This record gives sequence, structure tokens and C-alpha cells, in this order.
Amino acid sequence: MSHMVKIEEKLYQNRYIVDESRPHIHIRSADVCSGSCSAKPCTVCCPAACYTLGEDGGVTLATDGCLECGTCRVICQDNKNIAWDYPRGGYGISYKFG
Amino acid sequence: MVEKFDAIVVGAGPSGNAAAYTLAKGGLNVLQLERGEYPGAKNVQGGIMYAAELEKIIPDFRDDCPTERHIIEQRVWLLGDDSYIGTNYRSDAFNTDRPNRYTIIRANIDKWFSEKIREAGGLQICETTVTELIRDGSGKVIGVRTDREGGEIHADVVIMADGVNALLAKRAGYQPELQPQNVALAVKEILFIDPELIQQRFGVKEEEGVVIEIMGKVTKGMAGTAFLYTNKESLTIGIGCLISDFKAGQCPPYKMLEDLKAHPVIKPLIDGAEMKEYAAHMIPEGGYKAIPQLYGPGWMVAGDAAHFNNAAHREGSNLAMASGRMAAETVLELKAKGQPCTAANLAAYKAKLDQSFIMKDLKKYRNLPSVLHGNKQFFSEYPDVINAAAHNWFTVDSVDKKTKEKQIMGSFVKTRSVLGLVGDAIKLVRSVR
Repeated sequence: MSHMVKIEEKLYQNRYIVDESRPHIHIRSADVCSGSCSAKPCTVCCPAACYTLGEDGGVTLATDGCLECGTCRVICQDNKNIAWDYPRGGYGISYKFG
Repeated sequence: MVEKFDAIVVGAGPSGNAAAYTLAKGGLNVLQLERGEYPGAKNVQGGIMYAAELEKIIPDFRDDCPTERHIIEQRVWLLGDDSYIGTNYRSDAFNTDRPNRYTIIRANIDKWFSEKIREAGGLQICETTVTELIRDGSGKVIGVRTDREGGEIHADVVIMADGVNALLAKRAGYQPELQPQNVALAVKEILFIDPELIQQRFGVKEEEGVVIEIMGKVTKGMAGTAFLYTNKESLTIGIGCLISDFKAGQCPPYKMLEDLKAHPVIKPLIDGAEMKEYAAHMIPEGGYKAIPQLYGPGWMVAGDAAHFNNAAHREGSNLAMASGRMAAETVLELKAKGQPCTAANLAAYKAKLDQSFIMKDLKKYRNLPSVLHGNKQFFSEYPDVINAAAHNWFTVDSVDKKTKEKQIMGSFVKTRSVLGLVGDAIKLVRSVR
């Protein structure tokens, strides 16, 4: 079984209150992603596909679709390369149903 | 001047709501802080709600609690590539005045519960993220700092009900980071559909609901499960696996969900439904051995933040409500005696937990997480070979039954070897005793 999945179509259904230019998650060092981390599990595990492989072999993070689950922080703990925080109060994903 | 409360509860999920309501009802001056736009905005649940624990807190909750359907049928399915084998339990005896289990939509319940807290006199402030605990020179927690201007608030005790990530306890050094093999990532969708179709497809009346718990090939050999629940006018479908397995595999969670929705035995049930929300959440699955320190000077932790989740029975929100209530009752009892919330006095919280189903159940299944984590055959080979056996047995093709028995036994031995089969049986039995 293989089905093309457009994650954007899923995220489009959700309500977000975006905190413009104040992302709540940061990659600490781009060099760690493009260098010592060969597996880059964040690019597979993130349920909102916030992490994408760049052409330069690095990882790009866009937090706008983040579901605030915490998975990326848990899988990156050996490298400690993700600084993870909640958005400011009232911002981020706002589930209508949950 | 810094404002001071008897107690601060961080988070407006099941455990935080149970704690805040119990404290307010007990006459204490309680502040509940929630980072979401409204109560429930950050919360995700499958969701099945078990009545017993809510009933202990709000006995007449059924009068106005916005539940979806009460559950009259439980199905457990083991999926093959194009099949399932499973069990059903359905009973008209579940149609009572006081049903035991309901499907729910999380956000509706949280809003309702918050209203009850306000009626009881609790103060709830949303859109406020608690950033850290405030401690005095001796290390006692004396309040919280928030992301609001001048956002320092003091209290005699802080109950952390901030969910599975438990950032506050981690930042304070009370908990280590979650280990990938101790936490699952689940994704789910809510699919709206004509309720008449739900009634037809699941064979139920308007208020009646069905739960389908699913294991098998669809998790691609990863340790995980899936579910399909019937709400009033919608279905929720979801799937989750241990994060250690997602980390090692190459399948994004949303693709796994899409494969589940396209599975030939699932697709006809959800056909024509409209997806209205996609959610993701971590679930603490490390069990008894992963439970962190639960209290200290001026603080307690409850619910998912305390790793209270019974993965074997898919119970979480009831453990959350029970632990939130017990944390609050511990405070009420100390206040009544005029005693401070020292670590020694808050040890009464742990004693309550130990006496309850929470610790008893988690202890019973203490070895299950490591067995399931280390034995992937339960999620790959077994679903396959059991479905194939059923297919063989139920195909009438002039092969005599004795030969069929041999073929089926042979397929099991070929897959796992005789020793492997015996070993698996022993492991499973030991993990649940």
C-alpha cells in the first residue's frame, strides 16, 4: 500500500494563531544537522512535516504547522540540537475538537 | 505586589480540571492557568471517557456534560494486509441510565468542565503559558512565572498538570527527558459524516456507539495500535506507535494514518466522511518504571505529566482525573489540619496513588512496555500468520481438515519456531501478571 499524502491539506483544516516571526522551536546548530546527524529522524517523525531536508544536506524548520506534540525534542535528545518551548500564551495550534 | 493563592494548577486538561474543581469546591482560593486560547485548545484525546472517575468528582455530570455516544460494543481487530480477525463484545446491558463509557470530543468536555470550575469559585486564566516554577532559598516551590507582563504569581502549592511534555518539572530538574521507547506518537483525524450512515454502518441507534481497537500490519511492524470511534456526527480515526520505532523507521505518521484509512476493511466505514481536523499528541507508555518523582516541597505532578497512562487498557484520562483529584484532596486535608505543603506532608499524595487502581494497574503491567518494545513479532509476524490461518480455515476447497490443521500449525512453527512460540506465550503471560 502506498498513498501520496499531502500533509498541507491536513494542516489546512486546522486553526492556528501564528506568532509572526517568533517561532517557539529552534535548531541550535545547523552544522549538527548537516554534519554529524546522518539519520535526520525529525524529517520523518514530525507529524506536521515541519522539518524538511534541504538541498545542501541540512534541515530546514518551519514551525507554522506545528502541533506542539514534542516528538522532535524527544528524538533529538542525544544531539540536544532542538530548543523546544511552548508558543506564547494564546498562540499556536488551537484545536476545535482535539 | 505579587498575588498569592492557596493553590495554582497548571493546565486545563483532565487532571488539571479535576484538581482545580476539587480545590475550588473545597473552598480554597485556586488559580488555574492554561496556555491555550480556550480550555481544550491544546488537548488531544482519542477519545473515550470513562464515567467512574468523573462521577466521583461531579456525580450528576450526565445532566449537562456534552458526551457523544455511550459505548455498547467493543471490537478488537488484528489487521492483515487485506483482512482482519477479531472479537466483538456487544450488550444491550450497556444501555443503562448511567453508562460506563462514552465517546467524547475533547474540546467540548474541557469547556464544560471549565464552566463547572468557575461555578465552584475557581479562577481560570487562559492564553497564559507558565514558563517556570519559582522557588525560595530552601528549594521550596512558592509560585510560578508566566509569559505575561509582571507574570509572577505565588501559592502555597503548585499542581503541575501540564501534560505529557511536562516542561515545568523537567526545567526544575524533577524529571528526566522522555525516552523514545517510553512514549508513543499518535495522530488522528475527525471525520464528519451523516449520523444516519454511522447508525447503518455500525448497526447502532442514535445514542449508541462502537469502539474498534486495532493492531496489526498497518503499523508496519512497529509497536503500535490504531482506533476508530463513533461520535454523534463524526468518526475519529487514529494510529500511534512508539517514538523509538518511528525514529528507526522511514514512515511518517501521517502516511501510516492514510494507509489505515485506505485499508480495505476500514475504508467502507469512513467512506464519504469529511475531514475537519488533524491532530497529533504524545502518549506516555513507559508504565510503572517510567513514573517520575511525584511530589516535593510545594509541588505535585498529575496526569500525563506524571506518566499516568495504562497503555494495555488504553486508559489515560481516568488516571488523569483520579490523580488530579487525589492531589487536590491531599492539599485540602493539609489545609484542614493547618499543616504546610512540605515534601513530607505531600507524601500523602503518593500514598493515595499507591492505594488506588492507578499504581496497582501500572504495577501489574510494569514489564509489558519492554516486552512489546523488544518483541516486534507481536506487531508483524503474528497478525500475518493469524490472518492467513483464518483465511485457510474458512476457505472451503476440498482439502481435508486434518491437512488444514497441519498447514496452519506448520505456518506458525515456520514463522516463530516451536521454542519461539512457547517463549512468546511465556513473555506475554509474564508481562501482564
